[in-house]
Amino acid sequence: MVDPAVNAANPSGGEDPSRRDFIHIAAISAAAVGGAAVAWPFIAQMNPSADTMALASVEYDLTKIEPGMQVTINWRGKPLFIRYRTQAQIDAAVKDDGASLPDPQTDAERHKEGKAQWLVLVGSCTHLGCVPTVGGGDYQGWFCPCHGSHYDTSGRIRKGPAPTNLVVPEYAFLSDTKVKIG
Amino acid sequence: MSGHSTYQPKNAFSRWMDARLPVGRLVWDSFVDYPTPRNLNYWYTFGGILSLCLGVQIITGIVLAMHYTPSAAGAFNSVEHIMRNVNYGWLIRYMHSNGASMFFIAVYLHMFRGLYYGSYKAPREVLWILGCVIYLLMMATAFMGYVLPWGQMSFHGAVVITNLLGAFPIVGETITTLLWGGFAVDEPTLKRFFSLHYLLPFVIAGVVILHVWALHVVGQNNPTGVDPKSKADTVPFTPYATVKDGFAMSVFLILFATFVFYMPNALGHADNYIPADPLVTPAHIVPEWYFLPFYAILRAVPDKLMGVLAMFGAIGCLFALPWLDTSKVKSMRYRPQAQLYFVIFVATCWILGVAGGKLPDDHVIPHLSTFTFIDADLNSYVWLSRVATLYYFAYFLVVMPVLGLIEKPRPVPETISSPVLGDSDKKD
Amino acid sequence: MLRKVTLLAAALVLVAGPAFAAGDAKKPADIAFSYEGPFGAYDQAQLQRGYKVYREVCAACHSMNLLAFRNLADRGGPFYDSKYKNANDNPYAKAIAADTQINDLDSETGDAIQRPGTPADRFPNPYPNVIAAKAGNGGIAPPDLSVMAKARSGGPEYIAALLSGYTDPPAGVTLSPGLNYNPYFPGGLIAMAPPLAPDQVTFDDGTKSTVKQQATDVAAFLMWAAEPKLEERKQMGAAVLVFLVLFSGLLYASYRRVWRNESH
Repeated sequence: MVDPAVNAANPSGGEDPSRRDFIHIAAISAAAVGGAAVAWPFIAQMNPSADTMALASVEYDLTKIEPGMQVTINWRGKPLFIRYRTQAQIDAAVKDDGASLPDPQTDAERHKEGKAQWLVLVGSCTHLGCVPTVGGGDYQGWFCPCHGSHYDTSGRIRKGPAPTNLVVPEYAFLSDTKVKIG
Repeated sequence: MSGHSTYQPKNAFSRWMDARLPVGRLVWDSFVDYPTPRNLNYWYTFGGILSLCLGVQIITGIVLAMHYTPSAAGAFNSVEHIMRNVNYGWLIRYMHSNGASMFFIAVYLHMFRGLYYGSYKAPREVLWILGCVIYLLMMATAFMGYVLPWGQMSFHGAVVITNLLGAFPIVGETITTLLWGGFAVDEPTLKRFFSLHYLLPFVIAGVVILHVWALHVVGQNNPTGVDPKSKADTVPFTPYATVKDGFAMSVFLILFATFVFYMPNALGHADNYIPADPLVTPAHIVPEWYFLPFYAILRAVPDKLMGVLAMFGAIGCLFALPWLDTSKVKSMRYRPQAQLYFVIFVATCWILGVAGGKLPDDHVIPHLSTFTFIDADLNSYVWLSRVATLYYFAYFLVVMPVLGLIEKPRPVPETISSPVLGDSDKKD
Repeated sequence: MLRKVTLLAAALVLVAGPAFAAGDAKKPADIAFSYEGPFGAYDQAQLQRGYKVYREVCAACHSMNLLAFRNLADRGGPFYDSKYKNANDNPYAKAIAADTQINDLDSETGDAIQRPGTPADRFPNPYPNVIAAKAGNGGIAPPDLSVMAKARSGGPEYIAALLSGYTDPPAGVTLSPGLNYNPYFPGGLIAMAPPLAPDQVTFDDGTKSTVKQQATDVAAFLMWAAEPKLEERKQMGAAVLVFLVLFSGLLYASYRRVWRNESH
């Protein structure tokens, strides 16, 4: 809009220079404020649009899952794992609560109270975002084929480059058989 | 005008850079130290305003392309998706659609300014022709952009305009088929128009660089038409021209914002909010306002091919103008007779614009039937268009060549500075 | 001289401007809608009444494909509540959506099923496809109403006038079956039968349900549907214009100061 050189190259007049400069500085500042204000809509438009936000939560009927099985559903464009754990798998996870973990968390912290069989996780490896395969790896939880991260049956990172446990999203049980994610 | 550079690199880095790629020197010489005639009035601020318009169109356009779907099934809904769901999408889309109109308002004022002050005359012929090229590219870009929302006016406007090219003998049908990519305007047409609509603004930006380059070689014209002779005739571009251009841009933005925020659809057409339907044509099909004068010229001629040729000829006259005007005096400030013809010319362009928006058989003076002259009532827009078209061409082909030879211009000042002191007409 | 040209052009704009509006249909009467003017905003009670008219009358034949139930609870919408910033949580939007059966596929079997709507669902289409819409209406599909208020010259005023303006045909005009006479419709012959009748819709806020009231309210609702960001636009416009006027003033002062020792 206004070249900053307005100030520098201003011809000197006989008047008080501070008052003379003030008007130019005010004009340039106003241009800067205006420019910044205009920039905001152009940045904000890249954020998720209203229709995307409207689909940000999904509901799922758990009666469709057999014990020991996992379903993968699409949530916010990413895979979401819902796993119906067997008692053996829960026991294996609880047993390791005291083990040395890269990202210490107990199994109880990773499921809703009284719903230990249901594990809901964002199916995206915390290393670089690949989708881990279920039941693989040294701990029979998940194994990420991209760079070899091993997760246990609680979705905690045990071995490999991933820094943190698989993320537990915000979710709630609407009833015993229905869960709402997001 | 291009004297030696006064650029002084201020620090070690700019000295290092100056020896390798002297961008700083280029900017300094072109936009800071560049001498501009000291008598430029507000009509000379539209160059800056037009750069602003191009910038706004390119930035908003790139953003819109992030959300738009160029398909016959998806285009209309994706534009509405932008209007409803995308954050500030309504703002960006209204800026883009109204920005096109603002761009044309500015370019028309810029062109009339050039016509009045003789800015096309030697040595500025190439500068003028580059400007005409930009104008042509703008028209192509605007036309293809208007097709993209895929509303009724988009679709049938595209049908009518592409069919114009079918008027040419032998090659006509080949050209239209090539443009359409099918037997009619359809999905392939939309997709190629989208691609070209994205490309052309960058071509325009390229020609703008040439336009500014040519301007800086020959120097700016000014209201006296007398080239600066000494330093007393000029002021440095910065701060003198920058602050004046800045003020003019800001005032122009007030007009722009009034349209965007308070009457965003006033310059558009209601039919374009109806999704395209190839089987139904809107009752009254008109192009966007900035094409109306040419549309009137097209319809003024009863023959299809001749009409198309007249329309293109109307633009062709602009290209030939530097050699059509025989006057030795550049600025019409000193050509009283030329002023009169110029005013009639501006009015003619306006009348053509109004006539282009009417049905040809509508009465100019309501409820008054006169008599049928050849093929239409004399009191009809088609006859008004014909008279105006005749004057439009006469202005370029008769008035400009002949008047320069016979008129008696007023005395032209020796230098720019001299009329500043004495001439009462200086604010003109 | 150039100044005279400018004045001439300005005069021509004033003379020729109104001449652009043309047409043979009767001109709709002006209605003072609350959203008009530089600081206009939608009247929420009117939008709620208008939505009820749409849902109970228009929706039987006309789709509104661009609107989702969540839109009803958007800022400026009929059921906006500042308590629910996320329109999807608004109880009205949820309840209205849940009242509607939406066609879907069973995610296990792939069978076509119907389920209650969610705020993210679009308004249901009364016809399964365009062919059915045509077949059900004498060969002309009822147009989608999403942007209707912007897609007709005259806008909401035209819609209100059309809906409440049915008359008997003038002498000399005979109606073929399936056509009705409406002086506001270009050509006068319209396929849509008079849709509104007094007390056809019961307004929850006790407003007297005349045909004129229903027509005005549904026109306002359609304007909102076509231009949901109008309030935001006008508010932002006021701020932008104030800024630009002040900014222009500053630049003018700066310009005068830069040029004050230069004759020009």
